[in-house]
Amino acid sequence: MAGRYQSDLTRNDVTPRAAWLNRRQLIASGASSLALASIAGPAAASLGAKKTDYGQDLVPNTLEEISSYNNFYEFGTDKGDPARYAHMLTTEPWSVDIDGLVDKPGTYSFDDLLDGMTLEERIYRFRCVEAWSMVIPWVGFELADLLEKVGVQDGARYVAFETAVRPDEMPGVRRPTIEWPYREGLRLDEAMHPLTIVATGIYDEPMPNQNGAPIRLVVPWKYGYKSIKSIVRISLVADQPETSWNMLQPREYGFYSNVNPNRDHPRWSQKTERKIGGGLFSRRIDTLMFNGYEEEVAGLYEGMDLIENH
Amino acid sequence: MTAKQKINIALGRLPAWLLYATAVIPPVWLLYLGQTGGLGVEPIKELEHRLGELALQLFIVTLAIRPLRDWSGINLLKQRRALGLITFFYVTLHLLVWLVLDVGILSEIWADIVKRPYITVGMAAFVLMIPLAITSNNRSLRKMGPKRWKNWHKLTYPAAVLGALHFVMLAKGFQIEPLIYLGITLLLLAARFRLPRKAAMA
Repeated sequence: MAGRYQSDLTRNDVTPRAAWLNRRQLIASGASSLALASIAGPAAASLGAKKTDYGQDLVPNTLEEISSYNNFYEFGTDKGDPARYAHMLTTEPWSVDIDGLVDKPGTYSFDDLLDGMTLEERIYRFRCVEAWSMVIPWVGFELADLLEKVGVQDGARYVAFETAVRPDEMPGVRRPTIEWPYREGLRLDEAMHPLTIVATGIYDEPMPNQNGAPIRLVVPWKYGYKSIKSIVRISLVADQPETSWNMLQPREYGFYSNVNPNRDHPRWSQKTERKIGGGLFSRRIDTLMFNGYEEEVAGLYEGMDLIENH
Repeated sequence: MTAKQKINIALGRLPAWLLYATAVIPPVWLLYLGQTGGLGVEPIKELEHRLGELALQLFIVTLAIRPLRDWSGINLLKQRRALGLITFFYVTLHLLVWLVLDVGILSEIWADIVKRPYITVGMAAFVLMIPLAITSNNRSLRKMGPKRWKNWHKLTYPAAVLGALHFVMLAKGFQIEPLIYLGITLLLLAARFRLPRKAAMA
């Protein structure tokens, strides 16, 4: 059921297409603002996502920003590597194995997954643990809807996710940067939270490969690495699953990884962040508790020590 | 006259001012790129990283000068001081970008230096280089005397190791590139202690 969550944000004007068409296209077409209407824009089909009130007060980053500065180590550790190499990834056909404590386990094709789902636009803040951030107009559906579709059995307390590992298509996995496949996990109540979505697009168009095509997780109150990309496996499990960065550096990366300006990460101060797109002289801004979603999600962690359980 | 001698004579004529003038070009070019979109959508980090990388590369070039002479006879010792100073110049720019453009909040800067080991290590490398930069002139050499001056300038070695270590420590996951920098740095230092110095007799 889409639309579980009611936002009290006011609906502003929908971001004009011109605002996010990347500059290069504008320049290449020699467009004056009058000519804008005739620009075809990226040649992808519109997903027809339902507009929602989410994040209407936020200014989204441009598609160029969102798709050129990525952490997707399967394609390399440089921020530009995903944009450089992700075109090699075959996203059609795509299937996701859903297993563990579910009523209807199996291999679901991309179309099977989307069957019965309502695609919505959700404009969310995105906060990387490296202290940079973006605002992204995702298109997706609530993970809760998918979990309800496959039937979560009693005893399932966590959801585990895995990213594809394809050495032929992902140059980064030929090196042992981390232990592949990339793994992430959520507590079941986090997974069922209406803010948690499975995204299949950005700006009402299919997900760029470098952003985790064709299907990825988005958990806006957690650091970006929790929002696992190019998912091939979803498991409902009883015990807390292993998660990649936690496996590598437990002191630095906890299981929860909620955005928390008060919890000092050993590597980066989490008090502030820089929103991508401000150029050479852009200043840092304060990081918000739960990335600004405190009102919605703080209840999930009532009574928990958020420093200890970082 | 052998080819090597010809090379050495040509190199000997290479004036330091030319090196200094050339050294100004990359940072200015990077700033220009940063302002015009050439450094991507996060130009501050990119500028910071490129300057840091240039500094490490120059550090390696500077350290390679003596082993190069020992092994091949090609003599760049005359240019070494300029290269060392240029390395320091790049390290300073790298630090300035971090201080002013990247963090820009005084309390955060101090907290970062104290709390984050890779920043502590990087800062230590910078601090070690300060006396070297200050005494990189003939007057200091005369005042200190060559022996003391040389001893002081051995601070270059720990500074180089700390600089490379700074790069290794800030990498996430297992990454090869920073380890290559550290490996080359250590090799160049080891070369100073192990190899017979036949060139010293020449």
